[in-house]
Amino acid sequence: MMRTIRIGSGAGYSGDRIEPAVELAEKGGIQYLVFECLGERTVALAQQARMKDKESGYDPLLEARMRAVLPVCASKAIKIVTNMGAANPLAAARKTAEVANSLGLSSLKIAAIVGDDVLDACKERDLPIMEFDGTIRQLGNRLLSANAYLGAGPMAKALSAGADIVITGRASDPALFLAPMVHAFGWPMDDWNLLGQGTLAGHLLECAGQITGGYFADPPYKDIPDLARLGFPIGEVGEDGSLVVTKVEGSGGAVTAQTCKEQLLYEVHDPTQYLQPDVTADFSHVKVEEIGKDRVRISGGRGSPRTGTLKVSVGYVDGFIGEGQISYAGPGAVARGRLALEIVRERLKLTGVAAGELRFELIGVDSLHGAAVAAHANEPYEVRVRVAGRTESLREAVRIGNEVETLYTNGPAAGGGAFKSARDVVAVASVLLPRELARPQVHFVGGEGR
Amino acid sequence: MKLRQIAHSRTGDKGNTSNISVIAYDEKHYPLLLQQVTSARVKAHFAGVVEGEVVRYELPNISALNFVMKQALGGGVTRSLALDAHGKSLSAALLDLEIEAVPGNK
Repeated sequence: MMRTIRIGSGAGYSGDRIEPAVELAEKGGIQYLVFECLGERTVALAQQARMKDKESGYDPLLEARMRAVLPVCASKAIKIVTNMGAANPLAAARKTAEVANSLGLSSLKIAAIVGDDVLDACKERDLPIMEFDGTIRQLGNRLLSANAYLGAGPMAKALSAGADIVITGRASDPALFLAPMVHAFGWPMDDWNLLGQGTLAGHLLECAGQITGGYFADPPYKDIPDLARLGFPIGEVGEDGSLVVTKVEGSGGAVTAQTCKEQLLYEVHDPTQYLQPDVTADFSHVKVEEIGKDRVRISGGRGSPRTGTLKVSVGYVDGFIGEGQISYAGPGAVARGRLALEIVRERLKLTGVAAGELRFELIGVDSLHGAAVAAHANEPYEVRVRVAGRTESLREAVRIGNEVETLYTNGPAAGGGAFKSARDVVAVASVLLPRELARPQVHFVGGEGR
Repeated sequence: MKLRQIAHSRTGDKGNTSNISVIAYDEKHYPLLLQQVTSARVKAHFAGVVEGEVVRYELPNISALNFVMKQALGGGVTRSLALDAHGKSLSAALLDLEIEAVPGNK
């Protein structure tokens, strides 16, 4: 009989809900629980934190998540794979060991994957940046971090060495799911079609609730039951790569052909060339079939050889953003909002605020899609003025919000609820690094008394 | 009729590029999507938002189109001044597109 594993997806981003992961562990019949928690720029922010405190730099919810799921995962021998290591997988593994010990689970084997930090290799080669004209060295002291998207190999190796919990930093999101498949089934790392289908499974599962009805409901065309208790998905993967996506019985949400198709194309560009560290996956032949309630079979993922490079996410300091908002309502709200915008526009000039790019918009009218797209919409009852600008210093950024706040006593009638903010910006760009220059390693972190 | 009546949609983001899927509820409407939801129309619909090219990929197996829109996210998710830096709300705007129901294909 064909072997099958069940992989649960316990988080789709860093701040995601925790209770669906506990529900998956308790009632999902899963052998693996994956937490994808690392956004594009999260590593760069975590790297900043680590520079201030060398035992920090991992996901802020790591402790809470581990505390919530470790008892049930340990009792059911469910393995955990996560990128909550962020900029410091070793410290995350040590923290996890501390949590495990405090729960009386000191026998758990915890592995950290290091080696995604490729800042030195990138600097040595002065690699060109993909998104704009420039190179790594040209970022100068604005450069914060460079982390390569690692593949499934090191994580699978850690599982095969007996790890109960595998904590990585930057890795490709689908690879977090591919690793348990490679480990459980012994898939060769050059069986491109299996790796392509496994990547498809990982891609569908990596955003957790986005395939069970989250980011989907649009009444009355697309209704989803019990969204408040939205359950997270389970992938049933066979050793031949076959895949059924489902969820915990009785949880909220739905797994349908529609939810699966939307997630299939989420953040995908050319569907024939989904570039991954382990394989170039091809989703263009995928078939989606509903085979039961909340059970969808997805087949046809293919693959071809991986490229010679790894994508590297480069974090850099990119100036500051200042922002201010204030609301107007009732008859003439839009006219007063527009007047307010004009006043702020002129005052920023009069007072010599040094801002580059600036945005002036009315939330409720044109803030999301601009004036052209919104032109034919009806006038709303209330609007919110929003002004945002990019500056070189925090001091200038603060002045933008101030000029919105002063509308209280220096602007149109009946403006209320002003808000202002100023923040530094850590932006992310990409470079391609020859893959042999990233050298990932597995480190086991001992529990108490080992 | 509106595109929303025959198709659903989701937006994704990578850097300064946004992608929007357009998926027919019923495969019989896929030819309408192919014929009327063109790259040029999508680019025109997002005038003032999408500054770069719009490329369309076709996925007949799932009766879907995928639009990849360059320079669409105010310089990129991590640095954009926009309220919706990810462009997550763009899919809803696209579903407002007017579609002509071809006789016999309703």
